[in-house]
Amino acid sequence: MLFGIYSLVSASLFVILDAVDVAFTEASVGAGVSTVFMLGTLALTTSREKTPAAHKPLLPLLVVTITGLALVYGTWDIPPYGDPANPIHHHLVQRFIEDSPQEIGIPNVVTSVLASYRGYDTLGETTVVFTAAIGVLVLVGGARRRRSRKDEPK
Amino acid sequence: MQILGHYNYWIFIILMMCGFYVVISSGNLVKKLVGLNIFQTSVFILYISMGKIIGGTAPIVINQPVVYSNPMPHVLILTAIVVGIATTSLGLALVVRIHEAYGTIEEDEIHAQNEEEAL
Repeated sequence: MLFGIYSLVSASLFVILDAVDVAFTEASVGAGVSTVFMLGTLALTTSREKTPAAHKPLLPLLVVTITGLALVYGTWDIPPYGDPANPIHHHLVQRFIEDSPQEIGIPNVVTSVLASYRGYDTLGETTVVFTAAIGVLVLVGGARRRRSRKDEPK
Repeated sequence: MQILGHYNYWIFIILMMCGFYVVISSGNLVKKLVGLNIFQTSVFILYISMGKIIGGTAPIVINQPVVYSNPMPHVLILTAIVVGIATTSLGLALVVRIHEAYGTIEEDEIHAQNEEEAL
């Protein structure tokens, strides 16, 4: 439940950052579908955690802090936030924004890049989703069949 | 202002480390997946915030001289979100299957059962 709210919050953050398409996807997929899957898993397994883990929380905390500090050190060389002079805004993007409405005929640049310039990438994405769907069906559906077969002889 | 100009990366790092901590410290498999999801969202925020231009608008072309934010990270992250839900659901299905085989989703209990079988 909290996870769905978290997803919704990150979707609204994407709206603030001008990524409306990403926000749509995050709100529908992240807040909707993945919450349903999460709740379904908890219903199928158990929603109660056993006694807290035996590991000491100190070692993970140390690892996390060191990694975080290393990453913060890495940000010194990254260009600052929101500056139009950043190198990311220079190479392909100008051309996409200027020419894609004529070439593809859709004002939304994200859609035309996703469906046309990077069409193969989207095709690959669909393949991944398809494979995952097969995997889920085999894992969950196959188990159900096994259980019913086990019940039959009785 | 050069120092504060990196605050989006710091938010991303804090979120990412929260997810990382959940993944390595909790023994519950569902919690591990939740941590992995937080980790993933932090990477999305990194990419989207890199594409943002202050004062820009969403990259939908209108016939006015405005500044658009960078559409390329948006495209990449759209793909990544969908792939992310695919991998998460596969992981959750594995958790369901593990629960059927072992009757538990706690990591240490699974290890204990495996060692008993090996003896």
